[in-house]
Amino acid sequence: MITIGPGEGLDIELDSSVAAQFGRQIKSVIEETLSGLGISDAKVKALDKGALDCTIRARVTAAAVRWTGKDVWKD
Amino acid sequence: MMFVPGNNPGMMADAHIYGPDSIMLDLEDSVTMLEKDAARLLVYNALKSIDYGSTEMVVRINPLNTPYGKKDVEAVVKAGVDVIRMPKTETAEEVKELEAEILKVEKEIGREGETRIMAAIESALGVVNAYAIATASKRMMGIALGAEDYSANLKTNRTPGGAELLLAREQIVVAARAAGIACFDTVYSNLDDMESFRKEVELIKTLGFDGKSIINPRQIEIVNEVFTPSEKEINKARAVVAAIREAQAKGSGVISLNGKMVDRPVVIRAERTIALAAAAGVIDKEEML
Repeated sequence: MITIGPGEGLDIELDSSVAAQFGRQIKSVIEETLSGLGISDAKVKALDKGALDCTIRARVTAAAVRWTGKDVWKD
Repeated sequence: MMFVPGNNPGMMADAHIYGPDSIMLDLEDSVTMLEKDAARLLVYNALKSIDYGSTEMVVRINPLNTPYGKKDVEAVVKAGVDVIRMPKTETAEEVKELEAEILKVEKEIGREGETRIMAAIESALGVVNAYAIATASKRMMGIALGAEDYSANLKTNRTPGGAELLLAREQIVVAARAAGIACFDTVYSNLDDMESFRKEVELIKTLGFDGKSIINPRQIEIVNEVFTPSEKEINKARAVVAAIREAQAKGSGVISLNGKMVDRPVVIRAERTIALAAAAGVIDKEEML
């Protein structure tokens, strides 16, 4: 589950069952997805149970779209 | 064709491992209105990222007259889906409207003509218009029966024998054959009654359907067993094809095999048996040539 709210810079709080193995990778996917949506300031809370990268991208995009109100499609 | 809810990333990631011929990711009935946007993004990202191999990928979109339908089309066409399944199709005009939406997105991304359409027929009006729907677009690859909505629309209930579906099933098979496209039967939801499921698959195969919609990997094996020709059927088909080839070489169109006349329809059925066996992987594809 991803929640996004206002923040300064990108502040990612990750709680993952695979944080030791994939924490850096998960944060990187979150950063890339938000950057692709033009979001550089946000506080992100991510609760992960070992999702694939494509699922994290989808969850982050959905949370960002709901937060900003912009319906963004990115190829 | 295995149905997978579009809001379940775990199932979307694993579905192809069980070896269905096609997977239908669902954005319609299995997704609540509050989750439509999130499911659309999950399906989009899954299609873009997961290697489904040779499994045909279908997405059931929401109807175009809802706030979600056109966004679904944009997302799944951009993600490169093989087939869009249009729910609750009732007229050829609806298919043409979907075709126009698909083309608009395809032009934007330079992928014109790649996306095919399957129409789900789920009402009395849809059944009446089955042939018009089946021939509404060059993109049509198949029509399918959606029996839950259809039986509700008929003001009846689904029964184990499926008497209430007989006309719709036959109409859909006939319309598909007349149009030269495929036809798929509806789902069977009771996973605790595999014997009745098998009977239903046997029935729809006899009616002429190309395949069955399923909701659980446990149903795949039974569908494959019913649709895969037996060794006896394959050998008989081989004998027919060999006999007709020999007759053709001698300039004759009709022959006799084991005392029975073999003419064109018998040969067509034999060739279909061999094609089905090759598709199921029980004989070498070379034999189809």
